[in-house]
Amino acid sequence: MSVGTDSKSLKGMLKGQSQLPISPLERINQLRSNAVNQVNALNLPTKHDEEWRFTDISPLTKISFQSAREASPLKDSDVEHFYLTEAVTRLVFIDGVYAPHLSTQIAEPFKKSGVVVSNLAAASSEDLAAIESHLGSHTELQDNIFAALNTSFLHEGALIIVPQNISVEAPIHLLFIATQKEVSSHPRCLLIAESNSRVTVIEDYVTLREETYITNAVTEFVLADSAHVNHVRIQRDSKEAFHIANCSVSLAQNSNYQSVSIAFGARISRYNLSVLLKGEGAECAADGLALISNRQLADTHACIDHIKPHCTSHQLHKCIIDDAAHAVFNGKIIVRPDAQLTNSTQSNRNLLLTSKARIDTKPQLEIFADDVKCAHGATIGQLDNEEIFYLKSRGLSEVTARDLLTYAFGAEVIERIPVASLKLRLEQVVHKQTQRD
Amino acid sequence: MIDQDSKILLEVRGLCATVNNSEILKGIDLTIKSGEIHAIMGTNGSGKSTLAKVLAGHTDYEITGGTVDFEGKNLFDLAPEERARAGIFLGFQYPIEIPGVANNQFLRLAFNTAQVQQNKDELDPLEFDDLVREKMKLLEMNPDFLDRSVNENFSGGEKKRNEILQMSLLDPKIAILDETDSGLDIDALRIVSNGVNQLANKDNATILVTHYQRMLNYIVPDYVHVMESGRIVKTGGKQLALDLEKHGYDWVTIEKTAAVGA
Repeated sequence: MSVGTDSKSLKGMLKGQSQLPISPLERINQLRSNAVNQVNALNLPTKHDEEWRFTDISPLTKISFQSAREASPLKDSDVEHFYLTEAVTRLVFIDGVYAPHLSTQIAEPFKKSGVVVSNLAAASSEDLAAIESHLGSHTELQDNIFAALNTSFLHEGALIIVPQNISVEAPIHLLFIATQKEVSSHPRCLLIAESNSRVTVIEDYVTLREETYITNAVTEFVLADSAHVNHVRIQRDSKEAFHIANCSVSLAQNSNYQSVSIAFGARISRYNLSVLLKGEGAECAADGLALISNRQLADTHACIDHIKPHCTSHQLHKCIIDDAAHAVFNGKIIVRPDAQLTNSTQSNRNLLLTSKARIDTKPQLEIFADDVKCAHGATIGQLDNEEIFYLKSRGLSEVTARDLLTYAFGAEVIERIPVASLKLRLEQVVHKQTQRD
Repeated sequence: MIDQDSKILLEVRGLCATVNNSEILKGIDLTIKSGEIHAIMGTNGSGKSTLAKVLAGHTDYEITGGTVDFEGKNLFDLAPEERARAGIFLGFQYPIEIPGVANNQFLRLAFNTAQVQQNKDELDPLEFDDLVREKMKLLEMNPDFLDRSVNENFSGGEKKRNEILQMSLLDPKIAILDETDSGLDIDALRIVSNGVNQLANKDNATILVTHYQRMLNYIVPDYVHVMESGRIVKTGGKQLALDLEKHGYDWVTIEKTAAVGA
């Protein structure tokens, strides 16, 4: 009975979908109609589904969300505090709608050499082939109602193409701003990094109002041979909001994917990261930090799949859980029979600041090759007494010592962000949230 | 340097302490005056590191007897951080790594806490940077230590140098150096010892807790105490350390037994 209500509610979110303009790209129209069928066929997951055991998503059904028709009339001055000095190129989406007047173009020399940073809906004809072959190709909709819902609304989004041998030094900022209550937005990103290219992308979810809304994102990163991509993902949605995201990364030979994902916001958030090491010698680092309090729930599901030999993956996922907040981590490392000489580490470390804070963690290793080096583990605990004593023996008070160690616990991940101004800002957020005095 | 007229900094009388109900210190008597360097030697498990931690206020240990006066005050009235601010410094055998906190940030925080305690002005990052770089020269430390996380991925020698750097910034009245020589190669031992010697003066005191005599080739003690089973069983001058090195710790026990027998 409840299942019926749940699924109906998500179908309700399809409202407005039929009013989307028909895309000139047949691929997009196909993806949409296929996705609509999926949404209609799937039910909202419940805690009886293994993948959603610890995350009750049903509060979503209590609100009727609608997609925004047009971008709020925001000016630079309303949102420029989100801008990053280093990121000269920026795509801004307001409640899921592209905002050209707040976005900035890629510098002319890069444009000339074929770098594309644009709204997906306005892709030029030269890029259609690339879009055809990659858009939606890396995201499985089967059993994934949220990715299907996102794909149903496939229209605008961030498109980044970095051609062969091109290195884009300055980071590209994808800024998704929520401004309205009870709005659903379906951000979409596609990055195609051609062989031996290099780029840093910041995927940034922010809000102007502490309202209830839903962000339901799908991101696809495709790295060709020897491409190097830094991916920074910041989720600082409203603490009342729902944030669901699916990110799929495909790595060809000798490519390198370095990601840091930070979750501060949302009442309930769920991040599915799927990395496929498809070519020999590919490398990936997927680090994460969830810093949550009150009644927030932050769920990260990561699957790192080693298909070919000589690949490396490292994952450090940390959670700082305050009040009655609840974090979930599920990290699966798969080493396929072919993937000999895999080197993989995974560590999930959790700091519980109160007796009501909760973590459910499940690191999983599935190894089908015999000559591999894999290590994984999870720790759960309070601050270490020896560390506190060390700081106190230097004259720091108990409170200062605890604050510093809590801050450090989070800063270890923030430190890995390769964008100085963003790093500084996030350090300040962590600092503020970890001060008791 | 022994000077009969110098003042008593630390007076330990009959100190007993337990950890998990097991008695580790069984009546320690020790008097430390300003200007003095004391070496506390003993085998593993003799209680010498426990004594160091008890004096610094580690909460794992329960004091079950005796008194410790620090400059006329009851040391046990002070929390570990208050002892630190009052001038007791413990150099750790295994300094803690704190990933995520830059060393300079930590050093400045500790330094400024001490400044506030002494009613002096706090230093801003630039002023502090000048000061700490000067101090680092003494220990032949590379300035990139400042930007690295506290002790993270430091070698054994780097960690110990970082301890002595903290000591130099905090300028304690009593420095208790717990096995500071362990894990040091001879160059690092020379540098660290040189740092300790430079910091020793007529107004402070140093307690070296060590298993081996080798550090005492560089830092010459005024007194050598030998601990065994939670007690100080022998006290002498620097020659005692050489005798121990030559004859081994058994020699003290045998000598003691012989004395009792006679």
